[in-house]
Amino acid sequence: MNGIEILKGLTITLRHFVDTYIVDIVKGRKHYFTPEGIQSRAEADTRGIFTVQYPEEKVPVPEEFRYFPFLVYDVKEDGSKVVRCTSCGICSKVCPPQCIWIVRSVDPETKKPIPSPAEFYIDVDICMNCGFCAEFCPFDAIKMDHDYEIASYDRTTAHIFDLQKLLKPASYYEKIRPVNAESEDRVRAEKEAAKNAPKKPVQEAST
Amino acid sequence: MSEISTKSVVKSLDLLLPEFVTPDTRAGYQGFIVSPEHLIQTVKSIKEEMQYDYLSSLTAVDYLAEGKFEVVYHFYRTTGGGALVLKTQVSRETAVVPSLVPLFPGAEFQEREVYDMFGIRFSGHPDLRRILMWEGYAGWPLRKDFREPFAEEDVKPFKSRWPEGHIVRAEEKNPFQDNLQFPPGFNPQTWIPEGDEAVYKVLRRLTGEGELQTDRMIVNLGPQHPSTHGVFRMVVALDGETVLGLKPVIGYLHRNHEKIGERNTYLGNMPFTDRLDYISSMSNNFGYALAVEKLLGITPPERAEYIRVIMAELTRIVSHMISIGFLLNDLGAFFTPSLYSLEERELIVDIFEAVSGSRMMCNYFRFGGVARDFPDGIHKKIRDLVFDRLPRKIDDIDKYLTKNEIVRMRCEGIGVLRPEEAIALSAAGPILRASGVPYDVRRADPYSIYERFDFDVIYGVHGDVYDRYLVRLGEIRQSLKILQQAIDAMPEGPILTGKPQHTVRVPVGESYGRVEGPKGELGYYIVSNGKPNPYRYHIRPPSFINITGLEFMARGGKVADAVVILGSIDIVLGEVDR
Repeated sequence: MNGIEILKGLTITLRHFVDTYIVDIVKGRKHYFTPEGIQSRAEADTRGIFTVQYPEEKVPVPEEFRYFPFLVYDVKEDGSKVVRCTSCGICSKVCPPQCIWIVRSVDPETKKPIPSPAEFYIDVDICMNCGFCAEFCPFDAIKMDHDYEIASYDRTTAHIFDLQKLLKPASYYEKIRPVNAESEDRVRAEKEAAKNAPKKPVQEAST
Repeated sequence: MSEISTKSVVKSLDLLLPEFVTPDTRAGYQGFIVSPEHLIQTVKSIKEEMQYDYLSSLTAVDYLAEGKFEVVYHFYRTTGGGALVLKTQVSRETAVVPSLVPLFPGAEFQEREVYDMFGIRFSGHPDLRRILMWEGYAGWPLRKDFREPFAEEDVKPFKSRWPEGHIVRAEEKNPFQDNLQFPPGFNPQTWIPEGDEAVYKVLRRLTGEGELQTDRMIVNLGPQHPSTHGVFRMVVALDGETVLGLKPVIGYLHRNHEKIGERNTYLGNMPFTDRLDYISSMSNNFGYALAVEKLLGITPPERAEYIRVIMAELTRIVSHMISIGFLLNDLGAFFTPSLYSLEERELIVDIFEAVSGSRMMCNYFRFGGVARDFPDGIHKKIRDLVFDRLPRKIDDIDKYLTKNEIVRMRCEGIGVLRPEEAIALSAAGPILRASGVPYDVRRADPYSIYERFDFDVIYGVHGDVYDRYLVRLGEIRQSLKILQQAIDAMPEGPILTGKPQHTVRVPVGESYGRVEGPKGELGYYIVSNGKPNPYRYHIRPPSFINITGLEFMARGGKVADAVVILGSIDIVLGEVDR
C-alpha cells in the first residue's frame, strides 16, 4: 500500500494524454473537420482524441439507421407524383405506441374507399423509432428517415407530421438507403412482372 | 434437458406431498398447484428436501373470469437444471397468501410488487407497503378490471387510428394533473405523504426508537443524487456515519410496463423491452424472444442463433464496461475511467447501429430469428474489435484499476454478501457469482447455442465490492472468448424461420424464458390465452431483485460505502421501476 500501483495505473492515463499529441502531429489537420478524420476516429484502431465536435462534425449514419418515418412518392415521367401509400392501415396497426393516424380516401360518389390516404399523421412525440411500420409495409411506402435534427420551438403543432411534411420523393429514399432501395425495387419489379405476365408458364406446365 | 428434470420432479413431489400438491393439468401449463394453507409447508420441503434453494421469480396472474388470483413461483437449484413451478390460487375477494419472506428473504420486494399491482396481501410479510406506486394510490393496476383514467381501449390496435384516423393528441385527452384517480375523500392539496412517514417509521423501529438516542438520524439520499444512477432514493438511518438501516424508495420512473405489455400485440412488446434496461437492449430482446418462441414452438435458424449470441455478448461487454466505469465514479475517480470504458462502448454501439438501426433501442430480435442480416463490413468490424482492440483495452483497464491501492482499500471487504445469503436474497448475475456461487444461466440451464462455446463461469470468493468488480472484468474476457468462437463459426444462411409476421398466433399456455443478462437472470413470464395480445406479461428484472440485498450489504458500514455498494450492484432504473 505505498502508491506504486496508483502510479503504474497513471501511466495509462499518461499514455492516453501523449497519444493525443502523437496522433495530432502524425495525422495533421485532416484529423479534424474532414470526413476521413471523423471516419478514422470510429475505426477499431483509433487512438488519441475520440470525441466528435458536433455540430461542426457529424458522424455519418449507417444505412440501417432509423429515425422518424416518412412516406415515399414516385415521380412519373410526366412529372406527376404518385404516392405509394394505399392507406391499407398495416403501419397504424403494427405501431406499438399507436402514433400513426390515417384517414382513407373515399370516392365522393360511390362512397367506396380509394387506395390512397386522404390524411396521414404521425405524432412524432409518441413515435418510438422502432421501425415496424417500414418493416411491414407491403408497398415500400413508409420508410425510416435519417434526418435526426428536428428540434422545434412548438411541440404541440410542429411535432405532428402531416402528409405535406411526411412525403418525400423516391430519389431521396434511394439516396439515404441505396442498398435497401435497390433490392426492394428489384423485388417489386419481379412482382409486377409476375402480375402482368399472363399465366402462361403454369398452363405450359400443366399441358 | 429441462424436461427430464421436470419429469423426475413430478415423481418426487407427488411422493413427497401427495395429498395437497396436484399437478397443473391445464393445457399448455406446467408445474404444480398447492392450496395457500399448505404453501409454507410445501415450499419448506421443496427448499430443504429437494434442494430448490433459489426463488427466481414470484408473480401473480389475475384470472378474472374464474374469479381468482394465481400466485406463481419459479424455483431453481443453484446447481443447475430446469424450473419447479409452483402455483397457489386464492379467490379475488379474500386475496391473502402466506408470505415466503421467512424462507426466502429475496421474496420481499417481489411480494411487495405483487401487493402493489394486484392487492394480494401476504400474511407474515415484514414490511408490506406499496413499492412502485405511492402509498395512497387508488386501485390495483394489474388487475384485469382496472382501467386508468383516459384509457382508450383494452388492446391494441386502437380502432380510432384507421380508417377514420382524425388525429387527437394524447395530451389533450389526458391533461396533465388530471390523469390521476384519487380515493374518495382524498385531497391532493392537503395530503401529507404517509408513504414517507411509513418508511421513516420502519427505519425508526430498526434503529431502536425509545432508547437513548445519540447521533441517530434519518437521511434521504436521492432521488436527485448523482451517485444513485438515476431517480433512486435511499432512506438511510444513521448513527454518526454508520448505516443502521436502509430502505430503497423506487418507482419514480414507473410506467407500468407490464400493463402496457398486456395491451400490446406480442411483436409490439419487442421495442418496449428495449426500454427496460436501456443499456443492454439486445439481451432484453433475447429473453422476450425466447419466452414467446417457447410458446410458439419454433427455433431460429443457425445463423440467427449465432447473431443473437454475438449481440448478447457484445451487450454484456457494454454493460460491464459501464458498470466498472461508473463504479469508479462512485469511488470518486471522476469520469476518467468511465470515459475510457465509454470509448469502447461507443465502438460497440456503432455496430448495433449499423446492424439494427439504433444505438440503444435496438429492437433487433424477432420471433424465430432476427430482423435483418449483417450489412457489409460489420463482420470485419466485430472481428477487429474482439480479436484485437477489446482484449488490449481490457488489459489496460485491468492494469489501470485492479491493483490501485485506493480502489482496493475502498472496495475490499465492503458490502459483503455470503453465498447462502446471496442465494436466499435471490441475487443474480455478477452479485451472486462474486459471492462464490458459480451460477450462470448460460451454463446452469443452457439456452440458444451456449452449450457449443467454451467459456468459464467467473466467480468470486469474498462477495465484496472488489470481487464484483473482478467478476465483471473476468466476464468481459469470457464474453470475448465466446465472441471469438462465434464470429469464426458463424454459418451462412437464413436469419428468420418462416416469413416476417406482425401478428403471431400464440397457442394457449404459459412460458418462462430466461437469459443471463448482464445484470443477472432476466426472465419473462408470459401467459397466452390464444388472443393476439399476451394475457399476462411479467418480467423478472435482475436489478430490481438485486437491490433487495442492498440493506443487507450496507448495514453496519459507512454511508459513503452505501454509495459504492449501490454502484457495485449496477442498477438501471428503467428496469428497476419498469
